[in-house]
Amino acid sequence: MNKYKALIGLEMHCQISNTNSKVFSSAKNGFSEDANIYVQALDMGFPGTLPVVNKEVVKKALMMSMMLNCTQPEYLYFERKNYYYPDLPKGFQITQDTKPAPIGVGGEVEYLYNGEFKKAQIDNIHLEEDTALQSHLPDCTLLDYNRAGIPLLELVTKPSFHSSDEAVAFLETIRSMYQYAGISEADPKKGQIRCDVNVSIMDENLDEDNPNNWGTKVEIKGVNSFGTVKAVIDCEIARQIELKENGKYDAMEQQTRRYDEETNSTKFMRSKQDAIDYRYFVEPNIPRIRIDKSWLEEIKNEIPRLKNERMKTYIEEYGIKPIDADTLTKEKAISDYFEEVVSNGIKPIDAANWMNTIILGAINKLSVSIDEFFIKPLTLADLIKMIYSEKISKNQAKNALYEAVDTNKNPIDIINSLGIEQMQNDDELIKIINDILDANPTQLNDYLTKGLTNLINYFLGQVMKVTKGKANPAKAMVLLKQEIEARK
Amino acid sequence: MYMNKSIEEIHEALISGKVTSQELINEALNKSHEIQEKYNAFVTILDDAKPGILTDDLLSGIPYGIKDNYSTKGILTTASSNTLKDYIPFYTATAVSNLEKHGAVAINKTVLDEFGMGATGTTGHTGAVLNPWNPSMMCAGSSAGSACAVAAGVYPYALGSDTGDSIRKPAAYCGIVGYKPTYGMISRYGLLPYASSLDTCGVLTRNVRDAAIVVDAMKGIDPHDMTSWDSSNIHLLESINGFVKGKKLCYIKELVSLDNYPHASDTLKAHLKNFMDALNKIKDSGIIVEEVSVDKKIIDATANVYNVISYAEATSNMSNLTGISFGPREKGNNYVEMMKNYRTNNFSPLIKRRFIIGSYVLQKDNKEKYFYNAQRLRRIITDAWLELFKNYDAVILPIEAGPANYVDLSKNYNEFDHELIPLHENLQAANLGGFPSIAIPDGFVNNLPVGLSLTSKPYDDENMLNIAYAIENTLGYSNQIAKEVSHE
Repeated sequence: MNKYKALIGLEMHCQISNTNSKVFSSAKNGFSEDANIYVQALDMGFPGTLPVVNKEVVKKALMMSMMLNCTQPEYLYFERKNYYYPDLPKGFQITQDTKPAPIGVGGEVEYLYNGEFKKAQIDNIHLEEDTALQSHLPDCTLLDYNRAGIPLLELVTKPSFHSSDEAVAFLETIRSMYQYAGISEADPKKGQIRCDVNVSIMDENLDEDNPNNWGTKVEIKGVNSFGTVKAVIDCEIARQIELKENGKYDAMEQQTRRYDEETNSTKFMRSKQDAIDYRYFVEPNIPRIRIDKSWLEEIKNEIPRLKNERMKTYIEEYGIKPIDADTLTKEKAISDYFEEVVSNGIKPIDAANWMNTIILGAINKLSVSIDEFFIKPLTLADLIKMIYSEKISKNQAKNALYEAVDTNKNPIDIINSLGIEQMQNDDELIKIINDILDANPTQLNDYLTKGLTNLINYFLGQVMKVTKGKANPAKAMVLLKQEIEARK
Repeated sequence: MYMNKSIEEIHEALISGKVTSQELINEALNKSHEIQEKYNAFVTILDDAKPGILTDDLLSGIPYGIKDNYSTKGILTTASSNTLKDYIPFYTATAVSNLEKHGAVAINKTVLDEFGMGATGTTGHTGAVLNPWNPSMMCAGSSAGSACAVAAGVYPYALGSDTGDSIRKPAAYCGIVGYKPTYGMISRYGLLPYASSLDTCGVLTRNVRDAAIVVDAMKGIDPHDMTSWDSSNIHLLESINGFVKGKKLCYIKELVSLDNYPHASDTLKAHLKNFMDALNKIKDSGIIVEEVSVDKKIIDATANVYNVISYAEATSNMSNLTGISFGPREKGNNYVEMMKNYRTNNFSPLIKRRFIIGSYVLQKDNKEKYFYNAQRLRRIITDAWLELFKNYDAVILPIEAGPANYVDLSKNYNEFDHELIPLHENLQAANLGGFPSIAIPDGFVNNLPVGLSLTSKPYDDENMLNIAYAIENTLGYSNQIAKEVSHE
């Protein structure tokens, strides 16, 4: 690889999942194991049906366009992409061509790679309808029209990446944007994300900003998980390097390939000469739609703080380690939970530790989302504040939390019911300490005369035992030293 | 006998109890079978048609016909094509359900040129529709069955659709009124499409007031059709007051002057003379009529622009017809063969020719030259007409180059027919611009009816119908019922 560098571009299709209905039909926009239940006449291409643009979909698409720092068009147009395929009941897909203007053009996105922020260039993002889902069985193909007409955003990057890891880091960032903004669950298991990957290689010493130096573009279609994206890029780079080493690279034509999982290699599908002419033309049933400046402003104000921005705050202002900041921002709801704990008077570092050591494990164990988790941020903050005010120890708080998770009880109630709230009365504690010192003359003598100062821990243990853990260990230690000193 | 009367007369008879809706239905059904026998006007006759509750709505209880490209729930809808010869829709077109709300009673589904493509009324899958004035002649198309039935007195009105001239031309050939409103005034939801940016729903009647009554009931903004618009402030019938003094009409010299037709036949001369005589009568009634000149290139371009745009849209619109989900499924070893066999076996040659041209003009290498240039010319043609509407309430022109042609197309051969193309095709300008346009009978040539057209600026339907009403009264050819005349 040293002699060469790879240029990688991505096309990422992501369903807009969080709307009531599909992009052009009134059928439910939903995912179901039951086939063909969310279907209207339009979705199956019945004669005389017409598309009606879903405004909520356009709003979410515009929001994504803004988050990618793209330019939004003055007018919204849709185009027909004409081709025959079993998953396309109308015989054309309603989509947006790069002309006159899709929902977003240009743009730039920062993504975290190896602990530092890198920039990726966006070519465009456009809004279209998804096709029916095909399931290929040995003797037939099943069609599920639930998916036909679900709104789909296709994001096209410039060749901005040099490695599979960069590409995947970028995709993770985009996925978090979809999730943070409530545009999509972006769940690959539901088929909501699909990628096409473009790979070419060039000599390491050439200037990659000059497109003349670029190698021949190979497109690999239909890659459905980020893990596979990585595998596809790695094996395609290796394949192209081998061609180059064997002097066969220049003869390779621009082509489309697919990934074969069994052999972990890409297979030839068609060359550029055989590319389909989609005969795009404007969709006559949808008049051009003016996008109001004030509407754009409204949408802009609804964009939440995104993962990148939050991570920067956590790392730079809160001093949280990048890896922990990444964990805390994996999901917006988790980050929101964390921020609510902080806004209730908890030091960010402490909140982060509690989240990472206990809370995230607990929701995992209970298999619930953080929103469904019964211990709310305010409760956690109250608990941590009891440590701050030395009412309980850290360990006591932890144990209460563990027990709360196991028993589905409020941890504050657990502390109250066990009476493990710490003894606040110094006089009472001093009396207990002196009783213990009196009862253990040998150990006291060893401590005072033989210098076995480690025995302080023995006494502390006795104090905790007698008080059934209600004593604040730190305070007990101070008082212990004070009382032993008095007996010298 | 009531079915040969106007809607208002029939309504009066119903309300006063002279006749019942059931009696009207019986009369219309009897007449349907008679006309079907003679002229082959219907795909389906609804023998089980039943009256609803009689209200004081003008259309309540009165029979009418539906062109067979309107989707009707539970009723065979073929678009006169073998591709849909067994297709029974599960939803009803908005325009039809609007009429149902007014209590109108559908009696039959009428024959058209396959999918509305064609101007002869001879290409439907059930055979040619014959002209009730002379069965050797055609009705013209595509709304052939509707024109035939209304002219023959089956009922006072039938629905049509007009993409180039498909309502107005058959109306003229059958001696009746054909009204194509402004594009989008009537919802196209459920109209089986030909070319979506040109398709317009409308009606064929025997007088202008009836046309106003029916479209008042059909029109209205429809959430299922984004190109429909709110016309709730437009009241067509109410706006007809007959007061037209000072209204200004113009005719286009490049279409009407005999100088344009060096090889004019006697028929053409008689037709144009008849038109000029009609203009003189109209002038005498107080309407101003002036001659204007329009760039001949714009006149000549109209048909070509129409062809490119309508064929392109048609080839895409009809890509849903594969015989897989609906229509008679053809055999084949795989889905591609099944689709090919279905389309090859079931579309008529005329349609296939248009698909090939439509596909050709959209191909990457041809799109700029043909499709985009056609779109630019569409704008130029529209602007030229809008320029006329600045000074004139309507443009008045003769329809076609004479009365109906022979059903036996070989008898219509005219070696100088190319000179007549602008006369054959000028009605298409109203579809390119979305203008309202109406055909009204203006007399007879060779013992067959001929017509003239009025075309106005978009949304000016009220004004146009009021002028049409005045002209109809002046010329005296309203409420004609076809009588077979010996011609040979």
